[in-house]
Amino acid sequence: MTDIAAVMPRERRPAPAFRLGPETLTLGILAIFVATISLAPLGRLALTAIAPDGTLDLAGTWSVLARPRVFTAAMNSLYVALASTLLAVVLGSVAALLTVHGNIRFKAAWVFGFVLPLMIPPQVTALAWVQAFSPTSPVLGLFGLAMTPGARHPLFSAGGIIFLLGIYNAPLVFLTVRAALRRLPANLAEAARASGAGNLQLIFTVLLPLARAGIFAGAAIAFVSAIGNFGIQAMLGIPARFPTLITLIYQQLNSYGPSGLSDMAALSMLLSLITVIALGLSNWLGGRGDVRVEEGGRPAEIGLGRWKMPVEAGAWLYLAATLLLPLSALFATSLVKGFGQQLGWDTLTLTNYVNALFHHASIRDAFATSLLLTVTAVLLLSVISLVLAYFISWKKGALVRLIQMAAELSYVLPGIVLGVAMILFFLRPLPLVGFSIYGTVWIILAAYLSNFLALSLRPLLGGFSQIDRSLEDAARVAGAGFFQRMRDIILPMLAPAVIAGGIIVFMSALNEIQVSILLVSSSARTIGPMIVFLEEGGSSTLAAAVGCLMILIVLALMGIASLFAGRLPKGALPWRD
Amino acid sequence: MVSIALKRITKDFAKKRVLDDVSLQVENGEFVAILGPSGCGKTTMLRLIAGFEQMNSGTIHFNDEIIASPEKNLPPEKRNVGIVFQNYALWPHMNVEQNVGYALKIAGVSSDERRRRSLDALATVAMENFAGRAPADLSGGQRQRVALARCLAANPSVMLLDEPLANLDVHLRASMEREFSDFHRRTRATMIYITHDQSEAMALADRIAVMDGGRVMQFARPHELYREPRNEMVARFIGNGLVLPVADLQRGRADGTVNVDIFGHRSEVRARKDQARLAGASIGVHPDDLKLADSPAEGFAAEVERITYRGSHVQVHFRPRHAPDLSLSLHASHDRRVSAGDTISVCVGDGWVIPEAA
Repeated sequence: MTDIAAVMPRERRPAPAFRLGPETLTLGILAIFVATISLAPLGRLALTAIAPDGTLDLAGTWSVLARPRVFTAAMNSLYVALASTLLAVVLGSVAALLTVHGNIRFKAAWVFGFVLPLMIPPQVTALAWVQAFSPTSPVLGLFGLAMTPGARHPLFSAGGIIFLLGIYNAPLVFLTVRAALRRLPANLAEAARASGAGNLQLIFTVLLPLARAGIFAGAAIAFVSAIGNFGIQAMLGIPARFPTLITLIYQQLNSYGPSGLSDMAALSMLLSLITVIALGLSNWLGGRGDVRVEEGGRPAEIGLGRWKMPVEAGAWLYLAATLLLPLSALFATSLVKGFGQQLGWDTLTLTNYVNALFHHASIRDAFATSLLLTVTAVLLLSVISLVLAYFISWKKGALVRLIQMAAELSYVLPGIVLGVAMILFFLRPLPLVGFSIYGTVWIILAAYLSNFLALSLRPLLGGFSQIDRSLEDAARVAGAGFFQRMRDIILPMLAPAVIAGGIIVFMSALNEIQVSILLVSSSARTIGPMIVFLEEGGSSTLAAAVGCLMILIVLALMGIASLFAGRLPKGALPWRD
Repeated sequence: MVSIALKRITKDFAKKRVLDDVSLQVENGEFVAILGPSGCGKTTMLRLIAGFEQMNSGTIHFNDEIIASPEKNLPPEKRNVGIVFQNYALWPHMNVEQNVGYALKIAGVSSDERRRRSLDALATVAMENFAGRAPADLSGGQRQRVALARCLAANPSVMLLDEPLANLDVHLRASMEREFSDFHRRTRATMIYITHDQSEAMALADRIAVMDGGRVMQFARPHELYREPRNEMVARFIGNGLVLPVADLQRGRADGTVNVDIFGHRSEVRARKDQARLAGASIGVHPDDLKLADSPAEGFAAEVERITYRGSHVQVHFRPRHAPDLSLSLHASHDRRVSAGDTISVCVGDGWVIPEAA
């Protein structure tokens, strides 16, 4: 038995209350890390926007923002973001109602298909849709609906951008509305039925009002995602000469290089401001009204009756139109030699795949760079977010809250804003190493860590909320120190959540384009922007092949992740019903 | 094992005082229960002793060594305390033996030695045949035993038990009560047992500290708490006690008794030997001490309000004629026919003059 006298120092001199223990040290390192990758770059961005030369110059900022083309771009951004959010809310809410309360068959498969577009890189989606409406589209051609050559492409328009953004973001709304509907107990619906409410009355007077927090939360995410979605806005908006804030920032860097940075900073601030206002507004709208319910139990089922067949047919037709149509077109394009060729036995070729994988050095390098960056980001973020989630869940404090807020901020701001902030902060040589990481893979890694920290944190926070704090207390009284507890108790219990977070970060980082589009250079290129460069360079078939390869990787990852599904916290994998 | 002293401990949570100048001395090998309603500060006290919280003022001593004060604080992992948690807190990813042996692993005990001591500890609670099981495969009572064994295997200076029976059903609770009692007799461990259940505390503890509003109301042996409550809170809390106002305290026939006026009728009740004569005081009585008197001369007059049938007896709700605002009740057998509106005579069989209210 341990003698207390042996472990206690004999002297009675009071030790200082603040000791530099392992916990304090770890928290300090976390704080410095988040300050470096998130707070400092964003602070630098804000400073550059309002005081480019070190002194406050609001007139200068205003002169940038007051230009007619900036005003047009801002209005365009708002327009496509709002309209596509509306579309996404309608599609997502209907899908959530159908899958939670409807008794449609093959529900799990349908949910998978509905959420799948979210997992595909937006620039690939855009490319696939562009191919789908091209004169050689295999599916539309089958019905004789293909476009006549020479006509203006219907998707190269504001409507096209809204349509694609709406479909792309509908799963985001679906996920939040589904979560909100699932927590409504069946007896609320049964009480409404007993009061004489029919299906539609039940939906519009009970279910949707009670799910309003989920609907507004979904709308906010959809809006933020739409306004910052570089892939779709660039692929459709640039050929359509439909400028938005995000394409304006991109073209600014392309035309002026880093010398246009202060203008870009001002534009980024405007974009950030719109994002933050939208989030605040939706938070306020969604938070009004009391929607507290006794959770638990199964959700109410709404019998579709004689409408069952038409509703099911419509649901599957939607998937066919939004998945099969574009993806088949993309696949067909990837199999022909030159853009515009009809796919047939005589034109069928695997040249594009061989080129993409082996002959095209820049594509090969981009794949390698992306994989390396992604794996590094996943590994680092797994460790960081495990420890950070521990502090957020169990060691609340002002510093911890600040770190969490910084992580959230660099997640919700459009990726391109983060890109501008990273350039501004890392352009000058680093103090200790003496060179600048701008133009290298390291700046992209920093941006990934900053952007995806909140994403990998989320499943871990869910995991921590499910385990009882006394499990850690028990390890403490058993004598285990901070790192021993992390290794023996917390990591094993949260391993599934760590894996879930890792998978989500892996897919997001591999798919992303908006973060790295400004940061790539000839020596450091990621796979996301590659498709835009190939398409801009006229290599549509090669771009299609790269797109198909990316979808293949995503599907493989989803498959691997689904193998672990039973051990993961519920809701960790968004595509699982 | 050690003796534990809490000296003048004060603890605030966000400006709310949860422990207010608490002092307590637990002897080596003693089984002490901390008893009180929820929110009385008993769990905070346990977390302070374990080291999960820090106090605002006061000191905690293990064997005369200061282990915690506002300035310095030995962290929980260095205090060598054992805790049996209310929800058991068994690690789900370790089997029973690994759970029990974890503290030894941290202490660097060799794996053979660890295995021997883990199985020894499991044998103490008759769980040695479950060493390879996962905690999830055990019943509530079995988990409780494993938690106890885990605590024991670490050979702690003091065992802290945080409402360990609260999650068990009534049946199991009785048998676990016996287990705890046997366990303490065998190990002579210094044990501090947190509970809100007074019958549990009475059955197990050598001494009980009754807490309320962050203060220790009384720290005494179980029968003392029952028979000689120091203040009104204890008098009411223990055994559903009643507090009645009395007047004109006079010396009683024997030492330790006084003669008082209860609602207009004079009775003998117990009191401290040095109880002063007073014009008014309060006495603590238990429900069974109030009885229907055979004649009006033997008790105070009261009016029956209503009768509740309770199977083995009837509960008579009444108001004393001298204090019509007070609603009391007593248990009567079925052969005494009383009904609402009747005037009855009530005698007080046993009572105790509450010192602090006097």
